[in-house]
Amino acid sequence: MKRLGSFLLYLSLTIVAIFQIFPIVWLFLFSLKDNREIFSGDPFALPSEFRWENYTKVWEGGIGIYFWNSVWITVLAILFTVLFASMATFAITRMKWKLSKLVLGLCMVGMMIPIHSSIIPLFKMFLSVNLIDSPWSIVITYTAYNLPITIMILLGFYYTLPREIEEAAIIDGCSVPQMFFRIILPMTIPVMSTTVIINMIYNWNEFVFVNTFISSDHFKTLTVGIQNFIGQYMTDWGAIGATLVISVLPILLAFIFFSNKVVEGLSSSAVKG
Amino acid sequence: MLSVLFYLPDMGLNDMDKVMSNKWIIALYVLPALLLIGIFIFIPLVLSGYYGFMDWDGIGAMTFIGLENYTAALQDAKFWDSAWHSFLLAIFSTLSLLIYLAIALILASKIKGSDLLRKIYLIPMLLSSVAIAQLWIKIYNPTSGMLNQILLKIGVENPPAWLAETSIVLYAIFIPILWQYAGFYILIYYAALKNIPDSIIEAARIDGASPVQIAFRIKLPLIMGIVKVTIVLAVVGSLKYFDLIYVMTGGGPNGASEVMASYMYKLAFDTNNFGYGSAIGFLLLIITLVVTYIVRKLTATKEEIQY
Repeated sequence: MKRLGSFLLYLSLTIVAIFQIFPIVWLFLFSLKDNREIFSGDPFALPSEFRWENYTKVWEGGIGIYFWNSVWITVLAILFTVLFASMATFAITRMKWKLSKLVLGLCMVGMMIPIHSSIIPLFKMFLSVNLIDSPWSIVITYTAYNLPITIMILLGFYYTLPREIEEAAIIDGCSVPQMFFRIILPMTIPVMSTTVIINMIYNWNEFVFVNTFISSDHFKTLTVGIQNFIGQYMTDWGAIGATLVISVLPILLAFIFFSNKVVEGLSSSAVKG
Repeated sequence: MLSVLFYLPDMGLNDMDKVMSNKWIIALYVLPALLLIGIFIFIPLVLSGYYGFMDWDGIGAMTFIGLENYTAALQDAKFWDSAWHSFLLAIFSTLSLLIYLAIALILASKIKGSDLLRKIYLIPMLLSSVAIAQLWIKIYNPTSGMLNQILLKIGVENPPAWLAETSIVLYAIFIPILWQYAGFYILIYYAALKNIPDSIIEAARIDGASPVQIAFRIKLPLIMGIVKVTIVLAVVGSLKYFDLIYVMTGGGPNGASEVMASYMYKLAFDTNNFGYGSAIGFLLLIITLVVTYIVRKLTATKEEIQY
């Protein structure tokens, strides 16, 4: 009875795992097939031959530019977000001032706001300073909208830093900025890396802002780029599959190497909300 | 900029408090983040309410028309339909928390490989909504999609065209949502369950409680705080759904999967009705805040449980 019970538990967990993973396996499989094979009616058959040409075709077909835009916009926004969030978290948790709780409250509220309520005014703002169809509108927006969550993740770690380190640094003649950049910031590398990977996932996957602010093809990122692209290859499933795989691969690779960081970041982001 | 960043304050050697409450330094450290959040998150919200009073095509001048957009929205059947769809998704999402909670309870009961399983469950959460939408468009494809190919194999005749039928489309859209967020909520519940001290579970076991009793009488009450947080997350998240639906169906067929955010977006960016779109966007904000408040109130308890 007991063994049957635990067998059923494992069975249910395995079924969930299959449900979670099979659509992605199917995607990899059809990205390596041609239409004849895909339409033949056996969704989980291995490709008769691995058609990597699907990948070279879409990469050379122009998806490369979207990929690099995603890379540099993601990286730049991460740098700004993590720097500004670290500075703000430092001031909120380590320095003494009256309004620190208020600023923290604003960050928390900022996490709940539906972005769709602000997208029209943002569009108008960027239009009036000529930043519509400029990648800077995207970098700025990503930075601003990821700051609250990044500060929330950093917060716990900053609170636990011992006071003595700051005292020692000040007595040794450090200025506050020297102390922050040379001593505190390096100490927060574990939690900073968590925020980097969470920001990476958010920025890489973001859609609405790019779709709204960017109209030129050479500034589009992957999420919006693949939309147009898939339109072109309407009936070529292999090409569509390859496009989708290329768009999700960097995040999946990052997850394979840093899964603990992702788990940590996602759970702390939720619990504080 | 850099020279300002490294500005050396005049300080008395041991006067720690004085150094750490230097207003200039505080301002320097808080302002970049505060200004970005203020200008790009909070000011637009206020502006959205303001633009709602305008007749505006997005390019030309604005004309003040008072409450016209807001009263129009309240009488707009399409808006209420989209609000109803958002509400349904919120209900589905909240109910699906029960499934996630059950899985987490199993996963946290000393299962071998729970760490790996948790990570496998999380994979869909890492994909962009656009990729998920495109993938599920293919899965739902009436003739060549994975779903109907499997259904045909097991002998189902004439499986439906999932995304093309008004009576099914909203449920069909909810499946990828369920799929996407499963790992996230399981992860949160699992972490909360693992936080319960072993001694409590052990004491109950010694008192003769069955695993089911332990789950319902001890574990669940102890993680109620987290469950409430997830209910708020699920409800508020559902009101904000956009990417997936916009890409998968564009709100169709015939508005059957339109939600508040996609309706607002189309009004503004497809039909250049920016004033009316702003009003809907502002209503979306108000509805989100009110619903958050109500859910918090409904799930509030008088006493917090202490370990």
